[in-house]
Amino acid sequence: MDYIPHTDTDRQAMLAAIGLQDVADLFADIPAAHRFPKLELPPPTSELEILQELQQMSEENVDLTHAASFLGAGAYRRFIPSVVNHIISRSEFFTAYTPYQAEMSQGTLQALFEYQTMVCALTGMAAANGSHYDGATSTAEAIIMALHVARGARRRIVLSPTLHPQYRAVARTYTQGMGLSLVGDDHLANAEPKALAALCDGDTAAIIVQNPDFLGCLYTPGDMQALADKAHDCGALFVVAVDPVSLGLFTPPGAYGADIVVGEGQALGNTLSFGGPYLGLFACRMEHVRRSAGRIVGETTDAQGRRGFVLTLSTREQHIRRDKATSNICTNQALNALAAAVYLSALGKAGLRQVAALSYHKAHYAADCIASLKGYQVLRERPFFDEFVVQCPHPVAAINRHLLEEWDIVGGYDLGQDYPELANHALLCVTEMNSRAEIDDLVDALSEVSEMKIK
Amino acid sequence: MKEYTYDRNARYARTHEWVRLDGSEVVSGVSDVAQDLLSDVVFVDLPAVGATFKQGDVFGAVESVKAAEDVYMPLSGTIVAVNGELADNAEWVNQDPYGKAWFIRIKPANAAAEMATLMDAASYKKYAEEEAAQGH
Amino acid sequence: MTEPLIYELSSPGRKGVVMPEPDVPLAELPSDLLRADLPLPEVSEIDVVRHFVRLSQLNHAVDVGMYPLGSCTMKYNPKVNEVAVRLPGFAWTHPLQEPETVQGNLALLYELQEMLAEASGFAAVSLQPAAGAHGELTGVLIMRNYLYDRGQRQRTKILVPDSAHGTNPASTTMSGLTVVEVPSDARGNVDLAALKAALDETVVGLMLTNPNTLGLFDENVLDVTRLVHEAGGLVYGDGANFNAIVGICKPAELGFDVMHFNLHKTFSTPHGGGGPGAGPVGVTQELAAYLPGPIVALSETEEGSLCLPQMPSRSIGRIKSFWGNFGVLVRAYTYIRMHGAEGLRRNSEYAVLNANYLQARLKGTYPVPHGDRTCMHEFVAQGRIEGAEGIRTMDVAKRLIDFRFHPPTVYFPLIVPEALMIEPTETESKETLDAFVAALLKIAEEARTDPDLLHTAPHTAPVSRLDEVKAARELKLCAPCY
Repeated sequence: MDYIPHTDTDRQAMLAAIGLQDVADLFADIPAAHRFPKLELPPPTSELEILQELQQMSEENVDLTHAASFLGAGAYRRFIPSVVNHIISRSEFFTAYTPYQAEMSQGTLQALFEYQTMVCALTGMAAANGSHYDGATSTAEAIIMALHVARGARRRIVLSPTLHPQYRAVARTYTQGMGLSLVGDDHLANAEPKALAALCDGDTAAIIVQNPDFLGCLYTPGDMQALADKAHDCGALFVVAVDPVSLGLFTPPGAYGADIVVGEGQALGNTLSFGGPYLGLFACRMEHVRRSAGRIVGETTDAQGRRGFVLTLSTREQHIRRDKATSNICTNQALNALAAAVYLSALGKAGLRQVAALSYHKAHYAADCIASLKGYQVLRERPFFDEFVVQCPHPVAAINRHLLEEWDIVGGYDLGQDYPELANHALLCVTEMNSRAEIDDLVDALSEVSEMKIK
Repeated sequence: MKEYTYDRNARYARTHEWVRLDGSEVVSGVSDVAQDLLSDVVFVDLPAVGATFKQGDVFGAVESVKAAEDVYMPLSGTIVAVNGELADNAEWVNQDPYGKAWFIRIKPANAAAEMATLMDAASYKKYAEEEAAQGH
Repeated sequence: MTEPLIYELSSPGRKGVVMPEPDVPLAELPSDLLRADLPLPEVSEIDVVRHFVRLSQLNHAVDVGMYPLGSCTMKYNPKVNEVAVRLPGFAWTHPLQEPETVQGNLALLYELQEMLAEASGFAAVSLQPAAGAHGELTGVLIMRNYLYDRGQRQRTKILVPDSAHGTNPASTTMSGLTVVEVPSDARGNVDLAALKAALDETVVGLMLTNPNTLGLFDENVLDVTRLVHEAGGLVYGDGANFNAIVGICKPAELGFDVMHFNLHKTFSTPHGGGGPGAGPVGVTQELAAYLPGPIVALSETEEGSLCLPQMPSRSIGRIKSFWGNFGVLVRAYTYIRMHGAEGLRRNSEYAVLNANYLQARLKGTYPVPHGDRTCMHEFVAQGRIEGAEGIRTMDVAKRLIDFRFHPPTVYFPLIVPEALMIEPTETESKETLDAFVAALLKIAEEARTDPDLLHTAPHTAPVSRLDEVKAARELKLCAPCY
């Protein structure tokens, strides 16, 4: 099955226009010994057959429309209003390229401009870009931007240990050739803002924290502002990774001194989709925008004075600046950004607050119930949003196995994978999607497991 | 070739920066030829005051919508001032390249010897015309 | 025809989607942490739908008309892919679920790894990178780390032809290496003498796009890869133009050590107005241990074979969170399975046939610097018209909009002045190509008789030519509405 419209007559006429006999003649430049290799691929299928097969494959998964889930840790099952899929399925959006020819791409450009506006509104920042690949790569790009702001004179990055472990891993991969030292995340004690502040020195280009952090903890604007002040005293940038839904309720980083805000935007109208495509939120202070990476849409006027939108600040980018570009990024996650813009428009001011509040109340109900169970302890030294840490009586993997097999529940994230000191600790996530009945089931299931002898 | 203006009191680098003595310091920017090659200038990236460079080092960049060109130190020295007004008035580079659109003020380290390596206005005019004729 | 901003449609108190009331007791909110205001739009659902539908109508798209952007492979995106990716079993699986509970996903990823490896000749593939540039960063880090592990830390340079995409030098810089540009020769190939002169023990390798951005298959590719290998370096393949050669040759057999695939080009996953894409990376056996992970490995267990995540032993690390752009990977898998080997080869054959047909029809009117050669899936013409000296490529491009064709890539590659880089793809019919040729010939005629018509184009688009200088000088990056 292919999508080639040519008839035999077309092909003959085209070859004649070119002056060749056969299609194979087009490939004379390919070394003869390597020309037309045999590809051992499965035989072609019709649309009907492949859909049946994919249906079957997809059903080999446990999916979260069938199981109750308390798994978050950077990817969230949230309600997606029907309008979101309706709009992103408009093929005028999804079969367009990057808006290089602005006059023919005003739809994409204006939608991205509105997305940028909403990201600024959520984060309290003055400028936002059209997205990075995900929260992790946004974080890596924030580091590179901080190096540019410091004009290459600073080589140290301070990372909170409760910045998402995968963000920290990706940051290290990205920057491994740059001769940096990424410090601070080797001891969980450094999650304490004062401890992190102590690591900032005159060689530090950025301090990066997450709020709410990977363990669900919320830090007060006062704590964060103090850390920002310390960073600024050292001449470093203060970078905050956020969960955008939490910003429906809580103080935005722009209000406590952030220079760059990054985050995973998946929760804004994008399906879980086994980890991607998601979208990296990226916002910064206006004074630093020329050191940032990625596509940025700006407002302007056309020859007749009408408002219009174009890609701007392109001289930062690889197609113009080549080896001196702020990043190599080209393709981003525009369609996911569109989904976020539609999601935020459809929910609006009241709706996003409701989503955040529902998640908050349900998560606190779950935490209260679990805290009352024998064998479990909920860590609540700090306030939390919709995720919290539970110390369990058994290994988390064993508990999760039982939850899934006996209760059709996908349990929390096993923190022992990333923090040895948190073996037997689970990170549970509760969103607006979890009904009270699901939460009560989880509590009953955990109670049952606590009594059992499992390994 | 277009008719360009040249500041007779300035000396010029092959990379199209001009430099003019002003007391014990020097002032520098880009020439009329350079601004025309770039077309509408939208941004000038300037160094931090206090930074020290050698002759020929990149100290910043000048940008149009579609191009960004590095600018090079015409003389070795320390940056004592930058033209902060260019941040909101990049078009000055097109309108008044030798005047309002100065980029940096330098305390030179070795002015006498290095000045001699630069071109005077007449030689620079000839150089720019030859370069244009070659299609650069 | 302009559309208000969504914020301009907003009215205090208006509501869109309403969430249910809490079914649990309310917890106390920490008052010192709450934000004062949340400046999001307040609009109804019909406002949202009409606004974004109207915006969509301001776009050109493959589903609207031909989109011959060079090096972007804007081919038809089959709709079955969109159905596939929305199957709940794919769309609603969490990336941190236990592998045993997502065997369908992992099997799909494993098979896609295998199919991409087979199509390219490489030994192993990582699906993690999210885009072509992301794959480049991955590939260059792999080459660097492989050589450094062999004690070759003096290797710090990457050779990049002057015709390369800007991402190649940018990825090199991000890897902490420096770029050395290599010129092209008169036939558009890598200049072998210059290559030899640049190769020494300080070179990590060469990044080569083949076919290159002139749309030409390098006639000396075997010599190029041999020379780099003889100097102890490695060869990176920029797979942006893979659509020309699937089933025609295998890059690994030509001497490439690493290559990224642009699934959003060759394997027709939709571009989404700028993304998402996916840029998997294939490598030779020697480099397999360096791939970013996790990749999917097949393990035989007591309960049968299981697909499990695996971190390669010398991995450069994690390049992206979770499993890469899974939704894009599902679409590419679907596309490859439907085509099979024969279908993929036919795609490349017709992509190249279409490009050569356009080149043959246009080269009498628009100069084609390498028009004496057979091009691959694209070619580079120039927007210079005899008898219309004031006309530039941008004028031709903007006038094409009035004929409802998306302009080709303009002013790239940089080595061709006034470049018009045209890539029709295999899914455009002869009738569409003929209409495109007719438009370009008409524009050439207009350029001579009524050049102002071009200078002031477009005339029928939702907006006329936009002031990019003003956008850059005045910098309005978000609406003032909040």
